[in-house]
Amino acid sequence: MSETRNVIIIGSGPAGYTAALYTARADLRPLVFEGSQFGGALMLTTEVENYPGFPDGIMGPDLMDHWRKQAERFGAELAAEDVTKVELDGEVKRVWVGDREYRAKTVILSMGSAYRSLNVPGEHELMGRGVSSCATCDGFFFRDQHIAVVGGGDSAMEEATFLTKFASKVTIIHRRDAFRASKIMADRALNNPKIEVEWNTVVDRILGEGGKVSGVAVSDTESGEQRELPVTGLFLAIGHDPRSELVKGQVELDESGYVLVDAPSTRTNLEGVFAAGDLVDHTYQQAVTAAGTGCSAALDAERYISSLAD
Amino acid sequence: MGAIKPVSDADFQTEVLESDKPVLVDFWAEWCGPCKKVSPVLEELATESDAIRFRKLDTDANPETARKFQVMSVPTMILFKDGQPADQLIGAQPKAAIRKFLEK
Repeated sequence: MSETRNVIIIGSGPAGYTAALYTARADLRPLVFEGSQFGGALMLTTEVENYPGFPDGIMGPDLMDHWRKQAERFGAELAAEDVTKVELDGEVKRVWVGDREYRAKTVILSMGSAYRSLNVPGEHELMGRGVSSCATCDGFFFRDQHIAVVGGGDSAMEEATFLTKFASKVTIIHRRDAFRASKIMADRALNNPKIEVEWNTVVDRILGEGGKVSGVAVSDTESGEQRELPVTGLFLAIGHDPRSELVKGQVELDESGYVLVDAPSTRTNLEGVFAAGDLVDHTYQQAVTAAGTGCSAALDAERYISSLAD
Repeated sequence: MGAIKPVSDADFQTEVLESDKPVLVDFWAEWCGPCKKVSPVLEELATESDAIRFRKLDTDANPETARKFQVMSVPTMILFKDGQPADQLIGAQPKAAIRKFLEK
């Protein structure tokens, strides 16, 4: 058994690292379980143009690296490990990584969200074989090929636009007749001569041949007409789901799995347990809003710890 | 940085395919965020095992080898045994998962 720490932060990304920075500066010596998927959603992006303070934009992974270093500079302890179990009720919170147990007075949850999958036949089998959730990672392998992006939000627009650097043609498959992406992102995609849009269209099945994607079977949501698009790659950008599995049954969640907090604070239903970032926020989901709530969670945890001493 | 030796299109044959031991090759790229997560994990695993050699291949600089083994996603880790790809793991995975993959 180990000492009881002041703060354990589960998850990284803008929320987790900002919480780490603030609690480290408050001399609370936070332990951060960054997870093996550390860095959060920004690790899968290219250039971040809307994080204030970087007038020329900054690469997502670089921004993440800055945050990590800044948190470490003030004494945050970072561990690229996945938490496997938690017990968050009671005065001392218990957190496990495999069979190693850690204890803390407070826990800040910032596990973020994970890519949503389509749940269609072929998707799992062909993941990494033409199906991808990371355009910036895999776009390069589709030079001069016809590929498709599924989705209608900002990330779908960003991926489609980015992929035109490599692909001969990019088809955006979207189930509605309009994008929910911001106007600037949608216009950028729609004005790109390499991008075509299949409106009111859903993916039914991903087709493979020789262990690689050879096409996608789609249908029209209005006419029901079915056809095949001869694409060699399919990039998923249909949104995210909160990664709240770890705390389900302990911390109160809404019907979509987001952690409920007592806004404007970051308090969950459990004393000493705080939550921040995309794990909580299904409205804004921006790097800067996640960083903001990470800061709030750190200040809330700090106040809670001082109240214990009283 | 690190102990894992890079390989290229030019020396892939001698370094990997003609190796007397199994070789795990990390196909990576500079622009790939998940690759940056998995490379320190591989560096750690490399120091734990003598039975397997660890190598890394920059897919950007060495497209021929990446194409030959149908790498369409980075990171992809391919385990080569006796000059043949024996198994592969796609995407950044936790350390425990990679260790399990290697133990198989």
